[in-house]
Amino acid sequence: MNSITSQSLTTLVKNIKNKKLSSEEVTKAFIERSEKSKDLNAYITEDYSNALSKAKKFDQNPNFDLKIPGIPIAVKDLFCTNNVKTTAGSKILSNFIPTYESTVTQNIWNEGGILLGKLNCDEFAMGSSNETSFFGNVKNPIDKDLVPGGSSGGSAAAISGQLTPITIGTDTGGSIRQPASFTGTVGLKPTYGSCSRYGIVAFASSLDQAGPMAQSVQDCALLQEIISTYDPKDSTSADFKRNSLSKELTREIKGKKIGIPKEYRVDGMPGEIEKLWQKGIEYVKDCGAEIIDISLPHTKYALPTYYIIAPAEASSNLARYDGVKYGFRSKGENLIDMYEKTRSEGFGDEVKRRIIIGTYVLSSGYYDAYYLKAQKVRKLIKNDFDEAYKKVDAIITPSTPSSAFKIGEKTSDPVSMYLNDIFTVPVNLAGLPAISIPAGHDTKGYPLGLQIIGKAFQEQELLNIAYALEEKISFKNKIKDWWIK
Amino acid sequence: MIIDLKTIKHISKLSRISVDEKKAQKLTVDLNSIFEFIEKLNELKTDNVQPLTSVAEITLKFRPDEVQSYNIRDEIIKNSPEDNKDFFVVPKVVE
Repeated sequence: MNSITSQSLTTLVKNIKNKKLSSEEVTKAFIERSEKSKDLNAYITEDYSNALSKAKKFDQNPNFDLKIPGIPIAVKDLFCTNNVKTTAGSKILSNFIPTYESTVTQNIWNEGGILLGKLNCDEFAMGSSNETSFFGNVKNPIDKDLVPGGSSGGSAAAISGQLTPITIGTDTGGSIRQPASFTGTVGLKPTYGSCSRYGIVAFASSLDQAGPMAQSVQDCALLQEIISTYDPKDSTSADFKRNSLSKELTREIKGKKIGIPKEYRVDGMPGEIEKLWQKGIEYVKDCGAEIIDISLPHTKYALPTYYIIAPAEASSNLARYDGVKYGFRSKGENLIDMYEKTRSEGFGDEVKRRIIIGTYVLSSGYYDAYYLKAQKVRKLIKNDFDEAYKKVDAIITPSTPSSAFKIGEKTSDPVSMYLNDIFTVPVNLAGLPAISIPAGHDTKGYPLGLQIIGKAFQEQELLNIAYALEEKISFKNKIKDWWIK
Repeated sequence: MIIDLKTIKHISKLSRISVDEKKAQKLTVDLNSIFEFIEKLNELKTDNVQPLTSVAEITLKFRPDEVQSYNIRDEIIKNSPEDNKDFFVVPKVVE
């Protein structure tokens, strides 16, 4: 195994600051490994030559005061990057070159990060397996037949396959946590409003949130600290006091109260997941924290609520793709015909399905029955969490109801695909932060994750709990580099 | 059946997405299975519940309404699929 690419972000930063490694050496190592990893299909766009020249430039005049000096980073292709193609995994944006930069990526470059390339994802982040991408599915480094999860599947594969030391994804209903769980990596979905949405291709604006994905909790904390800033360009960006997450990170969680929601014991959940959860509960106790049984009674209504609200917002957000201002255009006999053909040919089946669901639930005569109803149930779901947090500091659950499934296994039945997000969706509806950490393997040797859900804007506490559990679990990913050419 | 083929065709039209007969039939099957699953919400009484429109519990900030981007016409036009240095181009709309 390549010694540079197997180092954590925190170690790489230390080695660059101590001049044991140059930015060029690190960047070269990740480019070489990425070049040999084409079989994973993790990248949509590579920016290697620019990355190398930026690394050389950094080495000529290094600034070691930066948080991630000269560190190469590949990001999900949902973040607009100035002058670098940004596709959102869609044909309709397959030729789109932004003339501006997303706030989250700009924050990374400001702290010394260098763009390696843009990572594959489900089309417009709509999917749980990375199979809806126009640029093809991504393979899970765990096993060639497995999906990496989605929608941040390219990001998860790139982290677990060591093609980038750290990455960012976006999470609307589980798109960071579920792929992290499927690939044995760590993924944080921050509180709604913690990271700016400016320059992120919009899916469902009241749910979308960017977050870090990494090999460890420590690395996650460092990247979250960098990307979370108040941004006047996003009207939902929250102006709150932000912790120095990586510096304040501690495993001291004695006396913390951790809730176990009984409603997450869903029918048909494999015994292995139940066992993993129990193991997690034991680790929490080992850390000196207290376990408290709680109830989140509206949990079973979260997915149906999500599948009204997310498509409704998506149908509105995706109205902008009309073949006029940017992106793919199809020829039409007249203006309307051009719109219809452009959208029919430019969007994939899952995206079209969601636009049509969204248009339906917002249409006259159905708005009250579906959209308004869903917003009311969303309130009940949030109330559940508000009640629970009167008694506990955080909640622990499995991240997903199963380990990674096979490529093609769930593509024909949309509802079975949606059920993947059963444990992650409530968090987005309530706007809370949550992290998935790898916690064990199933009998097939595939990784399983535990999810810790925190209080709004209490990312520090959430990360501390994850940091303490991570040490107890001492997870080792079983990756054999089968794809390396 | 919750949604019929005729409604699917009408909603597709509203969505500005052209669908052929085969696609429309497939969408009808898919959407019905999804809405069967969504109908679960009707078990809940929500008459006295306030809808949640945003989880961001923040007051919108005021800012002066000032122009911040100047002379960016070329940048904006750059990604237009139909080449023209001054305008966005669409099929003829006025006879």
